[in-house]
Amino acid sequence: MKRFTALYATLDQTTKTSVKTSEMAGYFVDAPVEDRLWTVALFSGRRPRRAITTTKLREWAAERADIPLWLFEESYPIVGDLAETIALVLPPATRDQDESLSTWIGRLRALDRQDEESRKAAVLEAWDQMGAQERMVFNKLLTGGFRIGVSRKLMTRALAQATGRDEAELAHRLMGDWTPDTTTWEALIEAPDSGADLSRPYPFCLAYGLDDDGPETLGEPKDWLAEWKWDGIRGQLILRGGEHFVWSRGEELMTDRFPELARARDFLPDGTVIDGEIVAWDGTAPLPFNALQKRIGRKTVPKKLLKDAPVIVLAYDLLEENGEDLREVPFAERRARLDAILGTLPEDAPLRASSVLPFKSWKTLADLRSTAREERAEGLMIKRASSPYHTGRKKGDWWKWKLDPLTIDAVMIYAQQGHGRRANLFTDFTFAVRDGNELVPFTKAYSGLTDAEFRKITAWVRKNTMQRFGPVRQVRAEHVFEIAFEGIAESTRHKSGVSLRFPRMKRWRHDKPVNEANTIEDLREMLAQYG
Amino acid sequence: MVLEFKPHGIYCPAGDFFIDPWKPVDRALITHGHADHARPGHQRYLSTVSAAPVMRHRLGEITLETVHYGEAKQIGDATVSFHPAGHVPGSAQIRVEVKGEVWVVSGDYKTEPDRLSEPFEPVRCHSFISECTFGLPVFTWAQEDIVAKEINGWWAANAAKGMFSLLGAYSLGKAQRVLSLLDPSIGPILTHGAVENTNAVLRAQGLALPDTLHVTPDLDPKAHPGAMVLAPPGALGSTWARRFRPNSTGFASGWMRLRGVRRRRAVDRGFVMSDHADWPGLNAAIRETNAENIYVTHGYTDIFARWLKESGLNTEIIPTEFTGETLDAATDDGDAA
Repeated sequence: MKRFTALYATLDQTTKTSVKTSEMAGYFVDAPVEDRLWTVALFSGRRPRRAITTTKLREWAAERADIPLWLFEESYPIVGDLAETIALVLPPATRDQDESLSTWIGRLRALDRQDEESRKAAVLEAWDQMGAQERMVFNKLLTGGFRIGVSRKLMTRALAQATGRDEAELAHRLMGDWTPDTTTWEALIEAPDSGADLSRPYPFCLAYGLDDDGPETLGEPKDWLAEWKWDGIRGQLILRGGEHFVWSRGEELMTDRFPELARARDFLPDGTVIDGEIVAWDGTAPLPFNALQKRIGRKTVPKKLLKDAPVIVLAYDLLEENGEDLREVPFAERRARLDAILGTLPEDAPLRASSVLPFKSWKTLADLRSTAREERAEGLMIKRASSPYHTGRKKGDWWKWKLDPLTIDAVMIYAQQGHGRRANLFTDFTFAVRDGNELVPFTKAYSGLTDAEFRKITAWVRKNTMQRFGPVRQVRAEHVFEIAFEGIAESTRHKSGVSLRFPRMKRWRHDKPVNEANTIEDLREMLAQYG
Repeated sequence: MVLEFKPHGIYCPAGDFFIDPWKPVDRALITHGHADHARPGHQRYLSTVSAAPVMRHRLGEITLETVHYGEAKQIGDATVSFHPAGHVPGSAQIRVEVKGEVWVVSGDYKTEPDRLSEPFEPVRCHSFISECTFGLPVFTWAQEDIVAKEINGWWAANAAKGMFSLLGAYSLGKAQRVLSLLDPSIGPILTHGAVENTNAVLRAQGLALPDTLHVTPDLDPKAHPGAMVLAPPGALGSTWARRFRPNSTGFASGWMRLRGVRRRRAVDRGFVMSDHADWPGLNAAIRETNAENIYVTHGYTDIFARWLKESGLNTEIIPTEFTGETLDAATDDGDAA
């Protein structure tokens, strides 16, 4: 596992994309072939299941390090990562080994079948033969929490470099329902593509956000098609071999979560793949995202929820028709074929076309955009009529033009330290609005400030802590932040009665005293208007 | 009490002096020359002979008296002496004895020896005032020659690719320690002005450092391919550093033990190297003082104090204005780590 650990360390430390790519490419050439397969799996989110509870790992590590458990638990938030904390507190290894990644993964998967005592013995033995870095990687595999800061695109590029194969083709081959148990390096990467996996989705085509200048720089409006940008789950609906499959953009197979989509088979022929947005639907328009949220976490759906928040697919692209891959066909034509298929569907079908919005000038489009909230959309998508369906994110053909977020000025009242890269910085804050002389908490926010601002607020939090509740510090109510968010919904779980979508800190309002922050009435008004 | 904790700093009533005070006082005993311990504005200073040049360099015209390590000096009713702390050249723990009761102020200290600082010497006492910058069991340091191998290996690999090695290290202490570990056969060593100034002071007092070349505006980087460039951490991302391209960046600090901090620093390589004691070092030092009372000043004081208490020691936390308490202040502006 040393080779893999070295790769992990390089990828983790360097900030240079070119170095990351060449390191991975080198690994994909000369690492053992089983390890390459596992590495592709791990880097694409196919992790082995958690073999041991983290509670046990903490206990064993503290015991082995000869420190009380509380001391371990106090160290953990400062390090910001459990696997790393364990790796660092353990005494140095007494032995060495150089066994492969796949050997170690095989061992940790075998722990499942053992009793606790043998598990503990196996884990302690493993720790005793590894350096701190290797231990950390091993622990991440043990806890099922392995992640790496490498995009799918970058890994695919490295694979292309290593094998001389086409990047887009590789991206497609890596999609879908495989694991290292069901395939081999040869079958996945090297052999001619058999296309045997009926459920395999296409790599999603992704859009870039338009900057503040808007679409004026895109050229002639007639070269472009526009649609609403929906706030749901991006998904692919696949009909092949008499079955149907639903994939999320995060490559999660979600077929069983949305049983109503099974009826698509009644209306559409085999060999059809549709790209669209899964939304909860009230019969005429999408429901707010939090209606869909209730559906996402559930593998089986109770009847009541099926009735309260039924889902449909708002379709906007056709990727396969009669088994033929249409991705190279210009978008305008794909879109026309999609409309032709969907035009014949009855009202109660679980999918419908997301309308193409007519516009003559960028000005009319801008006016349309300003009405997005009334349409329960979060903005517009603008797609070049002549464009193919790209693999991944390519600049130039697909653009999202989101609405400006809603904003509210709020008072920071609690602070908590971040994790990982942000360990030791206060980055997680709770904000309140005014209610008479009281402050009512209504949202948390973690992002939006620069590192320099986080450092500044961290120093301030340390000096202005009023009270501690475990890791949470109550701070002096002194700082006002402008909180931006995408949507607002009623919530019985929150004291304030609202929940926000994608809240983040837009600006630190140094210029505003606390008594000029917004009030609970302001929040309720926004709920009435946009909820 | 031999020593008291006052708003101006640690005070000895029997001798009417302060140790490393953070507000101007009449008489200040100084453990070492870092800015959070040796502050300007005191009427009279007392330090070790080997700490004096750096203090003069940093504080300018001051009234400074010096003593040798181990030399006893009577101040009022107190007997004081300075003992090596192993932190930076000249750094000391200060021992204060009044009527047979002994207190020691550690200043900052490191128990593992290096090639420049006078090695740490445990001092027996009744009460020990200790820092605990790295007072968590996750902080353990590798031996210095292992780190030396890592740094030289990194430098040689960069040099072979025609790249500069840009290494961030605090200008007093850490930078010279790195210098003492470098293998000059790999290539030339260039230094930022802040580092070079301290080099000059330490060389003048007889410390052996490899040859370095001060980076002046007219220096042509191309004439020194594959050079090691030593600079204060703040200079790494600055326009100053931009002349050295292509480069790989590194940072030497105890905080580099933590992956999160390494990533936040966004350097290519982090080298775990500190001028402070690690967890085993802190614990060993405290044990060897044989002290019954421990006062912890800066660092992970809450956690470390609880640990010491559970080990059966009377422990109290003393709020001070020494840095190293917050990670980011320490890594960004301080000389503490």
